[in-house]
Amino acid sequence: MSSRRIVPIGPYHPLQEEPEFFKLIVEGETVVDLEINIGYNHRGHEFISPELTYDQIPFLVERICGICSNSHPLACVLAVEDCAGIKPPPRANYIRSIVHELERIHSHLLWVGLAGHFIGYNTVWMWAWRYREHILELFEMITGNRNHYAMNKPGGVRRDIKTEQIPQIFAVMDVVDKKVMMLTKAVLDDPVIRSRLEGVGVLTREQAIAYSVTGPTARPSGVDIDVRRDDPHCAYDCVPWNVIVLNEGDVLAKTKARLLEIVESTRIIRACLKDLPDGPIETRVDEVPPGEGIGRTEAPRGEVFHYIRSDGSNRPLRHKVRAPSYMNIASNVVAIKGGSIADAALTLAAVDPCYCCTERMAAFEDGKLRFTGKDLLKLSWAKTERLKEQRA
Amino acid sequence: MNGLRLTANGLPLPDPEAVGRQPSAVSGLKVLIPEAEVYEHNPKRLYVTIPRERLTDAAKYLHRERGMRLSTCTGIDTRDGFEVLYHFSEDSTGTMYTLKVLAPKDDPKLDSQATWFPAANWIEREMHELLGIDFPGHPNLIPLLTSDTDWEEDKYPLRRDFERRSDAHEQ
Repeated sequence: MSSRRIVPIGPYHPLQEEPEFFKLIVEGETVVDLEINIGYNHRGHEFISPELTYDQIPFLVERICGICSNSHPLACVLAVEDCAGIKPPPRANYIRSIVHELERIHSHLLWVGLAGHFIGYNTVWMWAWRYREHILELFEMITGNRNHYAMNKPGGVRRDIKTEQIPQIFAVMDVVDKKVMMLTKAVLDDPVIRSRLEGVGVLTREQAIAYSVTGPTARPSGVDIDVRRDDPHCAYDCVPWNVIVLNEGDVLAKTKARLLEIVESTRIIRACLKDLPDGPIETRVDEVPPGEGIGRTEAPRGEVFHYIRSDGSNRPLRHKVRAPSYMNIASNVVAIKGGSIADAALTLAAVDPCYCCTERMAAFEDGKLRFTGKDLLKLSWAKTERLKEQRA
Repeated sequence: MNGLRLTANGLPLPDPEAVGRQPSAVSGLKVLIPEAEVYEHNPKRLYVTIPRERLTDAAKYLHRERGMRLSTCTGIDTRDGFEVLYHFSEDSTGTMYTLKVLAPKDDPKLDSQATWFPAANWIEREMHELLGIDFPGHPNLIPLLTSDTDWEEDKYPLRRDFERRSDAHEQ
């Protein structure tokens, strides 16, 4: 196969938080195979965690990911609570749900903005990130931090939501709802965006099940799973909301699913704030008995899974962490095959890995540099321009 | 919008009569593997200990016949050997079924599930490099996390006898 070329993507980029290395094997413009290498940012959390106490571990796992910095501590404290058989008080459950959904909104807006950037719609990028800023300001008001909120502890939450903060949260939810509907309409009505996203990077239902993918990678492929509904925790079984399931499995379906999930998240936050119960925000945890516990929650990207084994001391014997991208990135191997190289960046981005790495690409042919990351981004933008001209 | 399907939380509820007629995954496992030991931590967290020879049968039963999803696997270095937990999630009921198998320290081998189940591919590679458990039959058993580093072979950081750097400094 003399016409086969390798297009390496990654692994390092100053902006990305999870470096990955994608080796695209292409024939002409078509991607025929993909090899994935991870591990460039392996920090040994599972190794460090057994040396820390149960109170310290949430601070450690919070730093696994800067975007999902509520999902990991939440799943971790759920695992400890499952092991010890502790039920947090209702007010803590509601506050956990509110912070968790705020995180989903900011993460999905971040993804929509970057997806817009990748197909050459920088206006979408600027606008989506502008509305994300309101959410970060809410985080600062509620938790004191724009990132790494430190809200969860075994038995409850660390900070309360004050009564005077509630009207401000409602006001931001109104803005987010309005602007997300505007973005959704803009994405669905624009014929060029549609033709860039429709039918690209399709993951079928069978493939989604075989690779056990989760979250907004699985649901647009017709797999009806959501840990928030299936394994109720926090306040998710106390308020009404919907799970967004679509059947096409392409990047357009993944975009739709994320945009619609933002609207569902604002619904959950509104309902939680309305029925926010009074009372304490934490239960005292005296000891964690010997045994094991599993905690899982629906992060913006899918199911986060934490397993804790305790020997009765104040530290775990073993702490296993599995982030959703671990399952989702592996499915790129089937989603990207047969697509064109101009769609590759978008397809890899569609599972929402921490994917700034897709910018840092370089293609070598006979030892000479052929494409750089910027060139591939330009290829993607040129396709959009071509489509625009065809429509005009 | 075409193809959009909404399901309210808790819905669609499984038909209670149909659930009653169908044997649970635990009783199915018991029929398949009579020596299986079941521990119920709570109704949503079930742990089933099985002999390692029957691992593939049990995993195939849970995934293919019960439609469960592999969440991940956990490998633990214990006094009796390497304990490997296969966490399966039954999303229709929100129950975690965990298969427990033990690989003795002098022969740390388990049948690879990646041959028929792509979801097990990466986690088996990870357990191979961090704990030194062998998975005969795995299509590509190369290191996952340390492939591009100068990490020494035969050094397994999640084993209990792994020499930590601080210990080495004190000596």
